[in-house]
Amino acid sequence: MKWPLFVACILGLGISARAEAQDADRTTLEKGRYLATASDCAACHSIHGKPEYSGGVSFSLPMGKIYSTNITPDPEHGIGRYTETQFGQALRQGIRRDGSTLYPAMPFPSYARMTDSDIHALFVYFRNGVQAVHVSAPKNEIPWPLSIRWPLTFWRWAFAPTPHHAIARTAGEFTDPQLARGAYLVEGPAHCGACHSPRAITMQEKALTAHDGSLYLAGGAMVDGWTPPSLRQENRAGLGRWSEDDIVSFLKTGRAGTGSVFGSMTSAVLHGTQKLTDDDLHAIAHYLKSLPAADRTQTPWMYDPTVTDQLHKADLSPRGARIYVDHCAACHRTDGRGYPDVFPPLAGNPVMMQDDPASLVHIVQKGASLPAMATAPSSITMPAFSPGLTDQQIADVVTFIRHAWGNNASAVSAEDVRTLSKNMPPPEMADGTLSLN
Amino acid sequence: MAKTHVDAIVVGAGWAGSIMAKELTEAGLSVVMLERGSERTTPVEGAYPESIDELRGAVRKRLFQNLSQSTVTIRNTMDQTALPYRQLAAFLPGEGVGGAGLHWSGVHFRVAPEDLRLRSSVIERYGEKFIPEGMNLQDYGVTYEELEPFFDKAEKVFGTSGEAYKVQGKIVGNGNVFSPDRSDNFPLPAMKDTFSASIFRDAASNAGYHPYALPAANASRQYTNTYGCQMGPCNFCGYCSGYDCYLDSKASPNVNILPVLRQDPGFTLIPNAHVLRVNLDSTKTKATGVTYLDTKTRKETSLSADLVILGAFQFNNIHLMLVSGIGKPYDPLSNTGTIGRNFVYQTITSSRVWLPSSSYTNQFVGAGGAGVAIDDFNSMNFDHGPLGFVGGSPVWVNQAGTKPIAAATGAGGGGTPRWGSAYKDALINTYKHSLGIDAHGSNMAYRDVYLDLDPTWKDVYGQPLLRMTFTWKDNDIRMNQYVVSRIEPVARAMGATKMNLVHLDAGQPFDTRNYQTTHLGGGAIMGENPQTSALNRYLQSWDVSNVFVIGSNAFPQGMGYNPTGMVAALAYWAAHHIRTTYLKSPGPLVKA
Repeated sequence: MKWPLFVACILGLGISARAEAQDADRTTLEKGRYLATASDCAACHSIHGKPEYSGGVSFSLPMGKIYSTNITPDPEHGIGRYTETQFGQALRQGIRRDGSTLYPAMPFPSYARMTDSDIHALFVYFRNGVQAVHVSAPKNEIPWPLSIRWPLTFWRWAFAPTPHHAIARTAGEFTDPQLARGAYLVEGPAHCGACHSPRAITMQEKALTAHDGSLYLAGGAMVDGWTPPSLRQENRAGLGRWSEDDIVSFLKTGRAGTGSVFGSMTSAVLHGTQKLTDDDLHAIAHYLKSLPAADRTQTPWMYDPTVTDQLHKADLSPRGARIYVDHCAACHRTDGRGYPDVFPPLAGNPVMMQDDPASLVHIVQKGASLPAMATAPSSITMPAFSPGLTDQQIADVVTFIRHAWGNNASAVSAEDVRTLSKNMPPPEMADGTLSLN
Repeated sequence: MAKTHVDAIVVGAGWAGSIMAKELTEAGLSVVMLERGSERTTPVEGAYPESIDELRGAVRKRLFQNLSQSTVTIRNTMDQTALPYRQLAAFLPGEGVGGAGLHWSGVHFRVAPEDLRLRSSVIERYGEKFIPEGMNLQDYGVTYEELEPFFDKAEKVFGTSGEAYKVQGKIVGNGNVFSPDRSDNFPLPAMKDTFSASIFRDAASNAGYHPYALPAANASRQYTNTYGCQMGPCNFCGYCSGYDCYLDSKASPNVNILPVLRQDPGFTLIPNAHVLRVNLDSTKTKATGVTYLDTKTRKETSLSADLVILGAFQFNNIHLMLVSGIGKPYDPLSNTGTIGRNFVYQTITSSRVWLPSSSYTNQFVGAGGAGVAIDDFNSMNFDHGPLGFVGGSPVWVNQAGTKPIAAATGAGGGGTPRWGSAYKDALINTYKHSLGIDAHGSNMAYRDVYLDLDPTWKDVYGQPLLRMTFTWKDNDIRMNQYVVSRIEPVARAMGATKMNLVHLDAGQPFDTRNYQTTHLGGGAIMGENPQTSALNRYLQSWDVSNVFVIGSNAFPQGMGYNPTGMVAALAYWAAHHIRTTYLKSPGPLVKA
């Protein structure tokens, strides 16, 4: 009787040890899934209606068109033959399995600061948690000699940090654990700077971390018709008047009392940030609130009721006022305050006061739609006003809202609107995945 | 989409269907909702300014049933031959996702408790002989107290604006003194009175009546409902009835329920799916599923399910029951059978009052659910004894916004010229200085007013059309005349310079050519007796226990109030009993 009991115990231990190992694998895989979300891999590697992570998203660059790759575990077309080391090199250093360099559309200068343990989790997830898809992404359309990849290696040597250096840099910035976590997420996986930091003529981000100077997240150049605003503490055109809770609400639901998501950021919230934990969102918000203004010339915005009073007296003499009342005021109200969380305010909204009016003009031209989010299912939509309004009318109304209620941005001409209509964003707004409710 | 069996099928994507689908997916069931019309999402359909195109909207009936595919036939009396209703006029059934819940105006009432037990109440007060010969007066079999939690639940989903009178036994505000106790206040404060409503409020109050703000599912503020769905605040643009609200202020399934339902993996919505019949097993006591036609491909599909919910428009539910063989068709000669019995409507007349030119009513301003009403002549709130009729009418000024084409075609009313400068003057005067007062009355059920299948006319799918046999009866005409006579002194006190008081005349037949109301009811009513009702008190078919029929079809009488609030509460009530009792042990919830 003793022997079988002993054997049973040993077997039992063995089974429980295996179960523990399986739990550990599961935990690692789920951590990888979460990091893939935080890193918004899907934004570039998934197309709505096609298998997840099978690539094929096109990017129009000045020298031609490139396509994102299949990053499913398919051995032939995907990353099935990558070792963990090779996987880490691709993510953090932009080095492909064959040794050539990735186009820096892949944000490896940001991913460089991801820890070994996070890379491991991502590797486990992409090997075991993603369905292999046997499909190759379209060939890049870049003419020779620009298609030669070796110059990219020089770019990498010159501008991309080594993981060792990057990890140390980000980890050493803050002692406060919440700020440190925020810095890690924003500078690393979330790669916010890829759009929100200015780039040099040689295309590298001018700053990759909070400690690289005040250009970090100080606003980027137009992408797909949208101009990413500063995420620093500028009072008017930055996040200076957004509370930590506003930022968390924005990243979780795409909407906040201070403004709603639009343009390319819509997809980042839809696929990415809405799925992050509240702790991580607060860490991100807390970190962003810690970045001092880059542009210190912005005087504090104060609500100015002059235009409101005029409109309330039916004085439509200011240029664009009539168009505003006829087309905009129903939702955004004559006082410009909107109805917080549903229809965003225009008074004091940073998008009104960006130097570059591209985003604002494009919203008026193309409209904007908040997709259904997990915790905010309503798809609030602003209709398109082009071709309903002429270029001159759009210029007038945009100029009006950039001047009213204490806003103080420059006027926009019909010529500006005409020029901007040439690079209007695609009709799907972000990536064609917007589910309209 | 390739599923052939699901837990539950819901027919119709309006309020009733959407509420049931939401409740059943919450209970963990897989649900397919079939809608014969097209997909309608507010960001697309409600896009401003196209959404408020009156020609496309109210005039060309953008959101309404396509009568070229299917309709009803109508006759006044049993000795006539019915003819098809070919042009939308007297009533306007919706079509497409959201159903009538997308084009409604938003008046969101509960119920007058005594309307739920009208037969008992009339007998208690006036004796059984008070009930006229041929009137099938019946009780619902459910009480206000039982329904109260579900009225409350619905208001919090709809984002209803209103002012309560009594909450948990305490008088809390200046609401309707005749309204019953509430467990909680309205989720939003009442809509503001338009000028026209405010002067009616003063005049009615001075006359000793009890004015109150209409409960409106038009959001007086921005609102996030119990499902997390958001509404914008109403700006009184006037485009409610007949339109999808571009501000997301008017509650609709599309704004208040479907956004969250669409995210549920257990839920599938199939538009352009016209349900031809509910399939029954050989015993005719159990439904096995439905057969529907894809209206685009004309392909028939059969889907099996354990539970079938009919949540289509009132008469479409009756039609489906009749063509599927659910229950026994009503026979008016023997007054037996239940499907088609107690078909009811509402007795509504709209009067117009002109004020001095110094008073601006600005008829372009409005909201479908906003206004001021009195209930002094509704339900059992007044003494019917000397008057000798059953039923009543709320009276209200519900300035819903008169759109330009409607204003131009309606013009001055009461014999004003149809062209020239006199027409223009009347048009301008009416638009600026007039107001409407409605008597929004009940309509009783009669033995020879009913629904059945037409022996001659068929729809485009080859099925017989539903036939309506309906006309006005003396009881309801006298009720309407009495209530309209009470309007006159109030209108005078408002300073009327001219009045066009409209009431039904004795012997006047129902006329399908003029819009009256879309509040059709009955035909498959709820009740306590399977001989006189099609459904038990949980809206479950007495005959086929896995079929529930949700909608105003369940009303034994047409009530004075707008029906949507009652339909929503009945849906939540039925869903509650399906979830707590039926699913644990499927079968009849009430022994026949």
